[in-house]
Amino acid sequence: MKKMFVRIALLVAVVSLLLSACAQPAAPTQPAQEEKPFRVAVVMPSTITDLAFSQSFFEALKKVQEEEGGPSKFEIAYSEGMFNVPDAAAAIRDYAAQGYDLVIAHGSQYGTSLSQIAPDFPETAFAWGTSLDTFQAQGINNVYAYQAESQEGGYVLGTIAALMSKSGVLGVCGPVNAGDAKLFVDGFVAGAKNAKPDIQVNVTFTGSFSDVSLMASAAETHIAAGADMLTGSSQSVVGAIGVAKDRGAYWFGTQWEQTPVGPETVVATQVFDWTIVIRDMVKSARAGVLGGKAYTLTFKNGGLKLVYNDKVPVPDDIKAKAQETINGIMNGTIDPLSGPKQ
Amino acid sequence: MAELFTLPVLLGIIYSGIRLATPYLYAAIGETFAQRSGVLNLGVDGIMLMGAYTGFYVAMKTGNLFLGLLGAATAGLLMGLLMSVVSVSLQAEQGISGIGLNLFGLGLSTLLFKVTLGGVESIRGFQPIRVPLLGQIPYLGEIFFNHNLLVYGAFLLVPLANYVLNNTTFGLKVRAVGQNPQAADTLGVNVTLIRYTTVCLGGILAGIAGASLSLALINLFQENMTSGMGFIAVALVYFGGWRPWGVLGGALLFSFVNALQLWVQVKGINIPSDIAVMMPYILTIIALTLSGRRARQPQALTKPFERGEN
Repeated sequence: MKKMFVRIALLVAVVSLLLSACAQPAAPTQPAQEEKPFRVAVVMPSTITDLAFSQSFFEALKKVQEEEGGPSKFEIAYSEGMFNVPDAAAAIRDYAAQGYDLVIAHGSQYGTSLSQIAPDFPETAFAWGTSLDTFQAQGINNVYAYQAESQEGGYVLGTIAALMSKSGVLGVCGPVNAGDAKLFVDGFVAGAKNAKPDIQVNVTFTGSFSDVSLMASAAETHIAAGADMLTGSSQSVVGAIGVAKDRGAYWFGTQWEQTPVGPETVVATQVFDWTIVIRDMVKSARAGVLGGKAYTLTFKNGGLKLVYNDKVPVPDDIKAKAQETINGIMNGTIDPLSGPKQ
Repeated sequence: MAELFTLPVLLGIIYSGIRLATPYLYAAIGETFAQRSGVLNLGVDGIMLMGAYTGFYVAMKTGNLFLGLLGAATAGLLMGLLMSVVSVSLQAEQGISGIGLNLFGLGLSTLLFKVTLGGVESIRGFQPIRVPLLGQIPYLGEIFFNHNLLVYGAFLLVPLANYVLNNTTFGLKVRAVGQNPQAADTLGVNVTLIRYTTVCLGGILAGIAGASLSLALINLFQENMTSGMGFIAVALVYFGGWRPWGVLGGALLFSFVNALQLWVQVKGINIPSDIAVMMPYILTIIALTLSGRRARQPQALTKPFERGEN
C-alpha cells in the first residue's frame, strides 16, 4: 500500500514537472495580434441595472464596445452582485488567468485584493476604483486607478437643493462615510451652505451600500425632521427615493439616472460618464502600458454631467445659478469641498 | 443630547419604530409557531425575499395590491412546504436545511427579479388609513392610528397568535408536539401534520412580511432587500421567550432603538455613525444575554420526530 502511494506521488510529481516545463515557454510565444478582440472583464459589487455605481460603468463599457465595432472586436465579461470581497477576488484572479486583456475591479473595497493579485499576472492590465492609488509605490506597474470627483456634482446639487427648499432643511441619506459617497456628501453640504448660509443639512449613514430598508427609514426620518429635499448615494438609495415619492419630497441623484424609480420625484442627477477613462485605458493597454495611470471624472473633462428631469420644473434663475456654479468649479474659482476661493 | 427629547422627535421615533417593527412581527410570529412545534426554520429571510418579490410582481402586473398580498402568501406557503418536506419528512438537520432554504430564496428571487423586471421600479403601495375617532386624538392619533393596513395587521396578529397558541386545541397540540412529540403521538396527535401546518403558517407569514416591505413600506423590489431581517426575526423569537407578547416587546425594542439611532444622526449628535448603526444590534445581544429564558425553549426544538424512536 505504502509503495503504491509513493509511486503515485512520484507519477504526480513527474507529470506536473513535465506540464510546467511545457507551459513555461508557451507563454511568451503569443504575439499581440490585431485580429484578436480586445477582452475586458469587470467585477462589480451590485448589478448592472442598479441605477447607480455599477450601471454607470457598465453603460460606458457598452458605449466603448459600440465605438470599437461590437462584441466581435471588443469582448465584455462581467460578474455582478459581488458584495462579498473574497468572491470578487476569486473572480478577478479567474479573469486574469483566462487571459483577459483588461480586468477591472469596480469597487474601492477590492483594492487590497487587487494589489495581491496584479503582481501574479504581469502581462495583464488591471484597473480599480474609486481610488487614485495605482500601487506604483508598491512596485506594481500594471494597475490603473480611477475616481469620480463626486464632490463637484454634489456641490452643484447642494446649491440647487438649498435654493429650491421651502422648509430650509435638507436630508442626506449616506451609505458608508468613505470613498465616493463621502466626496459626494461633503460636496453637497458645502454647496448647500454656500448657497444659503442658514440652511440646515442633516446627514445620516446606514453603514451599508445595500441595505434598502434602512435607507428607506433614514429618508422617512429626514422627512419627519422637516426635510423637503433629499439626496443620497449608492444603489440602496432606491428605498429612499420610494419614500420621497410617497411623501412628496424631492430627490437629487448621483452616479446614474434614478428617474425610473421616481419619475416626478428626481429633480436632477449627477451622471458619471466613464467612457473617457475606459477609452484611454484600452488605448494605453494596447500600446503596452499596462498601468500606472490615475484618472478622474470632472465637469471639465466631461466625465461628470448634470442632468435635469424634464418632469420636475426647476426655476430658470436656479438653473442659471447651477450653471454658474459648474463654470466656477471648472475654472477653479470654486472649491467643491469648501466654496468660492478668496 | 437635549434636542432628542423634544415632543416632535419622540413622536417621530415612535411612529418610525412602529413601521419598522411591522416586517419583524409577521416573520417572528410565524417563526414562533414553527419553533413551538419543534422546527427551527432559519430560512425566514429567503422566504421573505420570495414573498417580497412575488407580491411586488403580482401587484405590478395586475394593479391589485390584495392580489399581490395573496401572491406573497402563496410564495411563502410553497417555501414553507419545501422546508417541511426537507426538515419534517426527510428529517434533515434543521439548521442546515434552513440556511439552504434561505440561500435558495435569495438566489431565486434575484434571478426572477432580473429575468422579469430587469431593474428597480416602484409602485403605489398600501396607503395610510386613519382610524375613525381614534385617529382624531391629538398626537396619539397621528402616531398610532394613521398607518397602512399591513402595519395594523402585524399588531393585531400578536393577540391573535397568543390566543391561538394558548386557548385553542390546535395551540395545545402545537405546544405538545414541541415539548414531547412521542407523548403527543401516543395521544393520537399527528405530529407530522402539526409540524407541516406550523412551518407552512410560518412561511405564509414570512411571505407577508416580505410583502409588507415591497407593497407597504418601501414600495419597490430590489435583490436582497431584506438584508438579513429574517435572521433578526429568528433572534426575536428567542428574545421573546417563544411567546407572541415577548416577540412584540423584542420587535418594538429593536425598532425603537433603530429609529432612535437615525434621529441621533439627523440631529447631528456627535456619535460616529458606525456606532449609531450598531446600537440596535448591541442592545439586542445584551437583552438576549440578560433575559436567560432557556428554560422556556420547546424541548423538542430542532429534533426530528421518528415514530417509535426516542
